[in-house]
Amino acid sequence: MLAAIGAQSIDELFDEIPASLRLSQLDAIPAALSEMEVGQLMGRRAQQDGQPVCFIGAGAYDHHIPAAVWQITTRGEYYTAYTPYQAEASQGTLQLLYEYQSMMVALTGMDVSNASLYDGASALAEAVLMAVRANRKSKSKRILMPKTVHPAYRRVVRNIVHNQEVELVELPYDPSGGHTDPSVLEAYAGEDIAALVIPQPNFFGVLEEVDALTDWAHANGALAIGVVNPLALSLLTPPGEWGEKGADICCGEGQPLGAPLSSGGPYFGFLCCKQSHVRQMPGRIIGRTEDLDGRVGYTLTLQAREQHIRRSKATSNICTNQGLMVTAATIHMALLGSEGLERAAAASYQNTSQLVSQLTAIEGVESLFQRPAFHERVIRLPAEAGSVLRSLAAHSLLGGLDLSRDYPELGDAILVCATEKRTAEEIDAYAQKLQRVIQLQGGVKCGLVPKE
Amino acid sequence: MLIFEQSRAGRQASAQAPLERADVSAIPEQFRRRRSAALPEVSEMQAVRHYTRLSRKNFSIDTQFYPLGSCTMKYNPRACNSLASLPGLLSRHPEAPESHSQGFMACLYDLQEILREVTGMKAVSLSPAAGAQGEFAGVAMIRAYHDARGDHERSEILVPDAAHGTNPATAVMCGYKVREIPTGADGDVDLEALQAVVGPHTAGIMLTNPSTLGVFDRKIEAIAKTVHDAGGLLYYDGANLNAILGKVRPGTMGFDVIHMNLHKTFSTPHGGGGPGAGPVGVSERLVPYLPVPMVAKSGDEYVWLTEEDCPESIGRLTAFAGNAGVLLRAYVYARMLGREGMPRVAEYSTLNANYMLKRLQAAGFDAAYPDRRATHEFIITLKRQAKELGVNTMDFAKRLLDYGFHAPTTYFPLLVPECLLIEPTETEDKETLDGFIQAMSDILAEAQSDPEQVRQAPHTLPVKRLDDVKAARELDLAWTPETT
Repeated sequence: MLAAIGAQSIDELFDEIPASLRLSQLDAIPAALSEMEVGQLMGRRAQQDGQPVCFIGAGAYDHHIPAAVWQITTRGEYYTAYTPYQAEASQGTLQLLYEYQSMMVALTGMDVSNASLYDGASALAEAVLMAVRANRKSKSKRILMPKTVHPAYRRVVRNIVHNQEVELVELPYDPSGGHTDPSVLEAYAGEDIAALVIPQPNFFGVLEEVDALTDWAHANGALAIGVVNPLALSLLTPPGEWGEKGADICCGEGQPLGAPLSSGGPYFGFLCCKQSHVRQMPGRIIGRTEDLDGRVGYTLTLQAREQHIRRSKATSNICTNQGLMVTAATIHMALLGSEGLERAAAASYQNTSQLVSQLTAIEGVESLFQRPAFHERVIRLPAEAGSVLRSLAAHSLLGGLDLSRDYPELGDAILVCATEKRTAEEIDAYAQKLQRVIQLQGGVKCGLVPKE
Repeated sequence: MLIFEQSRAGRQASAQAPLERADVSAIPEQFRRRRSAALPEVSEMQAVRHYTRLSRKNFSIDTQFYPLGSCTMKYNPRACNSLASLPGLLSRHPEAPESHSQGFMACLYDLQEILREVTGMKAVSLSPAAGAQGEFAGVAMIRAYHDARGDHERSEILVPDAAHGTNPATAVMCGYKVREIPTGADGDVDLEALQAVVGPHTAGIMLTNPSTLGVFDRKIEAIAKTVHDAGGLLYYDGANLNAILGKVRPGTMGFDVIHMNLHKTFSTPHGGGGPGAGPVGVSERLVPYLPVPMVAKSGDEYVWLTEEDCPESIGRLTAFAGNAGVLLRAYVYARMLGREGMPRVAEYSTLNANYMLKRLQAAGFDAAYPDRRATHEFIITLKRQAKELGVNTMDFAKRLLDYGFHAPTTYFPLLVPECLLIEPTETEDKETLDGFIQAMSDILAEAQSDPEQVRQAPHTLPVKRLDDVKAARELDLAWTPETT
């Protein structure tokens, strides 16, 4: 090969790089391992973290994934293909993405879906930017953001949009219901608002008054952006049917549809909207068309929105989607169908209700918000939440998410979740362990910190 | 046929969901959906057969040579997938406490250190979810740096005209104006043009080196000095890091911030268009602004660094720790490569590219930059063939599919007419490269003897050329029950 090139050595091929820049050593990088050795290393590390029983949700949910989902998804033809730029050689991925878009339209009741974004939080950021572009009646870049939206999502939105002068106005939640009382919006009536964000269920698991919120947005010239859990949508009113006219944009975290917990990623964000806003949508979109012989085929479409064509005038800088995760989600939805999704959702609802009733039977433990909820609930403990959770973790049980950082006003509150995977025995064990931990810690603490 | 069209009412893969249907009547009716979502109703076997069959309509690295320039379609070792999917890693909740995360965090910490060393940067954050998000993080850090110094006059990001579209799109997302810098006839950035526009308004420059033209910018030190002297910072787009891995470090070239595409250089799967991972590395002055979360070591323990620990951070860009599963795959790959394997990546990808370039030139194709060394990729221009034979780059690309090769990148970069950007990667053998070169020669011969055969290609794939205009004009983006 070197002879064909006319070079003496491989080193000569780097002769255009100034010698002063050339690197000789990579001392800090360990020597190569064989597949067996790296397998042993990873095996040890995977084992080291145990596999505690998980009662945390908070944006990532431990649902059953049918065996077929990842067996098919990791076929090399899906796993090692790239963005379908050559449509004729990518009909598998393209048709699958079209089916995905169709499934998301069915689930959300919206008109169109893109082919996915990175995750739920960044999808909300893109939805906010999209709403600012799409709302031509509004001159402002003001977004009403309830405090019941996932705290990490609110941070991500701020981090992504703040350099484009988007203003995020936080809406307080009702302290007894844990929801956004539509009456708080009265303060903004008549003001120029680009969009109102509506989570369903919200971060506390509580169901929001989506109809009233959506109608308020439309009556006040704002767009309504739904942030939804796709599994919950199998049971709950889809955003396309909220209020009189339906939400304008909806987005959310796709993880409950076939993605393992995997430390927070890769997951995928979904983004759907009304037909009239499709040209403001970021990300890949697949369309059905015909070939020269009139056969049905699928292709990337509306590419004039995207960075590789529009460059600085694109709707977003996003390039890829989360193709492989969407492959899994599509197969997951095909296997479960609406009946299977509804059963998984209903079982998660029932397990969480059961968990909360057993935990609140313990003296001093109370359920905070009394409004209808889906598969997560906030409970308050009679002892320091962080310390209780650490004790439970020592017994290989993740008892929930400590809310004291983001909602200190709730006291020793934790967010708990029991998906359909949690068994009656696991729920019993949680209740028993919690009771013991509280007895041990509560006694020490009672005299020191007054309860609210 | 769509999965929806195979649906029959009442059919389902019943063992896949809970067997009992729990009572949800306690949820008030006003919140519940009135009609079930119109998802397909099929058996497990139908779904498996349908998606297995669909997969066979794809070209992929596992089935075809995929020399897509600027995308680094190298082989993805299977161990990376199986080890990242070990039950303890796959089932770890993102909010699991540090006490139950030491194994996972050790992998991330090690990966941060490996990437830091191989790029020559001061510190690395793994959290951006993809290359474009890494770019966003990089430019947001540049902005945070200038803002923290009260240097608010810097409103422009400089971008060479050969850059990826993500570069200008990212600069705009960070609130900057974009100014394009022309490329000289030799493929390097036009240094005089750069010197003419750089100034107190310059926030920074985004560069890919080697550039998308498949050449290493020889004046990189002068570019760095020009931008730094004006108070701007240098951003390194890591799209082409594969070409110099273990050979030159962006930190040594003078870059202040870089992103890496782990799905390129570190061989994580492209997955039909993601998920990627776009870690960022920075020089000393940008360390405070790195996105969170990151992993630090405190004694023998790994701890998370979050917003509280890094108050000047540009914050988090996804809800949790980015595409963690992708990071684990990259880590396994990096450990198998080791310190001796990294420079080999650059050496063999460069050898393969230069070999292909010379052989294609000998076969009658024109190099866009014939006087330059190829890096890990190179550009062929078919301008002459398009004019003389009426067969253009798209026709060559489509005909290559008939020969069983994925087409190279077409019509990018925009400044070379009728171009093919070809990147063979280091994992392809000589026989495969020879097969591709032979196919290009054969297509050239066809273009002379039977041009229509090439213009009508492909002939052997599931569909012929698709009507993109119809797709955009008569939008059909979802199947609905009313469709059929």
